Amino acid sequence: MKSDGIDAWAILTVLCAAAVAAPLIGLPLSFAVAPGRLSEFSRLVPEAIGATAVLVAGVGAGTLLLGTALAALVSFCDFPGRGWIEWVLVLPLAMPGYVFTLFALGLDVPGIRSSLGAVCVFTLVLYPYVYLLARAAFLAQSRTLLEAARGLGLSRRAAIARVGLPLARPAILGGVALALMEALADFGTVNLLGVQTFTDAIYKVWFIAFDRDAAMQLATLLVSVTLTLLVLERLARGRARYHQLAARGDLAPPVRLRGVAATGAVLAPLALVGLVVIAPLAQLAVWSIESIRDGLLAPEFATAARNSVLLAAMSAVLVPLAAILLAYGARASRSRLAAGAARTATIGYGLPGSVVAVAVIVPLGWIERRIDAVAGTGLLLTGTVIGLFYAYLVRFLALAWGAVEASFTRIPRQLDEAARGLGADRLEVLARVHVPLMRAGLVTAALLVFVEVMKELPATLLLRPLGGDTLAIAVWQATTESLFRTAALPALLIVLVGLLPVAAMIRLSGRRGAELEAAQTAGAWAEELEERRVVPA
Amino acid sequence: MTEVRLEGVSKSFGALHAVREVTLEIDQGELMAVLGPSGCGKTTLLRTIAGFERPDTGSVVVAGREVAGPGRFVPPERRRIGMVFQDYALFPHLTVKANVAFGLAARPRDEREPLTRRTLELVGLQHKADRYPHELSGGERQRVALARAMAPEPALVLLDEPFSSLDASLRAGLRREVELILRDAEATALLVTHDQEEALSLADRLAVMREGRIVQVGAPEEVYVRPASRWAAQFVGEVNVLAGVAHGTGVETELGVFDLRAPASGSVHVAVRPEQLELRADHDGNAEVVAREFRGHDVLYRLRHEAGRVVLVQLPSLELHEVGERVFVRPAASAVTTLVD
Repeated sequence: MKSDGIDAWAILTVLCAAAVAAPLIGLPLSFAVAPGRLSEFSRLVPEAIGATAVLVAGVGAGTLLLGTALAALVSFCDFPGRGWIEWVLVLPLAMPGYVFTLFALGLDVPGIRSSLGAVCVFTLVLYPYVYLLARAAFLAQSRTLLEAARGLGLSRRAAIARVGLPLARPAILGGVALALMEALADFGTVNLLGVQTFTDAIYKVWFIAFDRDAAMQLATLLVSVTLTLLVLERLARGRARYHQLAARGDLAPPVRLRGVAATGAVLAPLALVGLVVIAPLAQLAVWSIESIRDGLLAPEFATAARNSVLLAAMSAVLVPLAAILLAYGARASRSRLAAGAARTATIGYGLPGSVVAVAVIVPLGWIERRIDAVAGTGLLLTGTVIGLFYAYLVRFLALAWGAVEASFTRIPRQLDEAARGLGADRLEVLARVHVPLMRAGLVTAALLVFVEVMKELPATLLLRPLGGDTLAIAVWQATTESLFRTAALPALLIVLVGLLPVAAMIRLSGRRGAELEAAQTAGAWAEELEERRVVPA
Repeated sequence: MTEVRLEGVSKSFGALHAVREVTLEIDQGELMAVLGPSGCGKTTLLRTIAGFERPDTGSVVVAGREVAGPGRFVPPERRRIGMVFQDYALFPHLTVKANVAFGLAARPRDEREPLTRRTLELVGLQHKADRYPHELSGGERQRVALARAMAPEPALVLLDEPFSSLDASLRAGLRREVELILRDAEATALLVTHDQEEALSLADRLAVMREGRIVQVGAPEEVYVRPASRWAAQFVGEVNVLAGVAHGTGVETELGVFDLRAPASGSVHVAVRPEQLELRADHDGNAEVVAREFRGHDVLYRLRHEAGRVVLVQLPSLELHEVGERVFVRPAASAVTTLVD
């Protein structure tokens, strides 16, 4: 009997999904395996809950106000330089929280080592999530709605407040949820500022108490908070999609600002981005030069840089490959099982790096002991980069999958069938039709993964093999020891690499020129940000 | 010689029985059309033959080889069947030449180039070989799709509504062109369409399909003149179904007496085509013109007969009758009719 390979692809997809999702599903089991272990750390949990609550409230309010205000400014008002200020406001996306913290600590900003300090840092580097989603929502609103409100006697400002903002609410709350998830996932900033959140607690339990079960239980608690946020975000979005259907090409004409208002509209965003991006970059550059001049560079700097680039480059190949496998498996087999598997495999991105690290170590350790018993290979998986790649795969697969899947859906199925009718088997269809057609999507996926791995701190910190420091770890390590000049050069490199995708996005919009297309790019980008974090239905 | 044989092929999607017990034979070099309304299962039938769907029961034999049957399923890439898709499905990242050569990957290198060139010449597009699909007109794209399907010299070429995405003005010319290309290559082809004019003018034989079943197979003129059922008569062309009483070779209806193709007796229904009636202006006539559809070379009149029914009559447009005019309608001299259910 001839098989046409349906089952082979479905099985491959399911296996791949299982490998990615299994560790996460295993997390809650830690409560069954070692009940009551957390009680040994009785002070950690209430403290983590308290700190997390403060962060959620503070960062939520901060990004909501800052992001929405800036989005409203560039969407509803016109002022000199608006075209590029719109995009400059996105730049803080490239600034990891721990790098900005390094900058603030190095300048000895008073009061920075506190919950309030952490809230300020997160608000400044995470507001672009709210800004992008809100801006896309504002630009998708049809002018007729605002004009109708004006016709009913509302002033322009009142119309925006009573019609524009409510319509954009799902998008704004979606952006806030993304920002909050980033804040919850962060380890570097809170650790450096001495704020004891869950990620910090996981690190301490893991590295200081060496208690893996307790770490897994803490991770489970953190995941519950994250999942709650995801659900809330879903609920808040509701039928947000329908708002996007508002007439294209029918933008509400922005109001031209003059005099003081116009000056303020130009200066405020510039001051903000100057504070969050330009000043830290300049300071880091100065410190870097000083560190080189005074021989303050860490001796392992070259190794760390090489490690970072190697890890990021290999992940940028492996993770998109796995994403292609998943997405194509689901497409080629057309079975629901495979489609469901592909979606399951992408839940990792909603999760903090420290959770992923804790989650993958247990199954890896189990397999490792089995192999060791037979072959005597020792710490084959958890003591090498294999464990690290596994964690990166779990965490960033969704990122690559989003880009790959978006390209796949743009390729009509008839092309697959046409190719098969012409004698190409499934693998050939992928190689001769799909891959050439999705080159742009694959490059995007690789770029995103590369940058994220460069920036990644907690998973790398928990899983790195001995002597396997990366630039991110070098920054964190030096900063904890207040060696700000030593931390500067690796930090500078991380930010410069992180600017790549942001710059690509800006160039893309600049080349197309037209206002409307820029809006659509922002929408697509915002949607992509959203997709990255949302557990698929 | 039989090139393609379908036997008892069925395919369901859940509760929907898209194709039911279809048995069909296509001869070598024959151009066959499957004609049916949308949703009748004709596209599923085509996809089952191509190998994109797996039949639930029945078998498909192409060029003497069973490609689907109990315990057997040959994947599409190994069936030697070319397919022209409704919107062509040309690979946008490849030139015309590369599209046509796509299916020749397994051939020796020195065969590919001449075969590609010959196929492009066959469809008259050798001068567009280095263009990309988006640089072509709709008709050119279709010819590329046809060339691509035919280049690997398949045993069977399938065409799925190949003219439906073209402008009406282009359609007739391209239809003829495609027919000539297929005949030139002596290809065996199966075309699926809901356009009866297309099927009647293009195909050697028609298979009329309804609700998953083939209800009639025959040459176009045969299907038109001798419809197997009232439904087939109504679907293929316009028709008046008249009640009457048969006496041997004649049948008496309210419009007069018609000859019968096969002797019968008793109470029957017959299918009378609009062109099998004639009319003349008559103040005391038995009908009134209620609508007129002018089609250039002929005119279709809609009449209200004194017995109350609507009667369709088609006449050459030499002499025109006005709406509201009284006319006398009767069987044309040579009208031979067929019994229907």
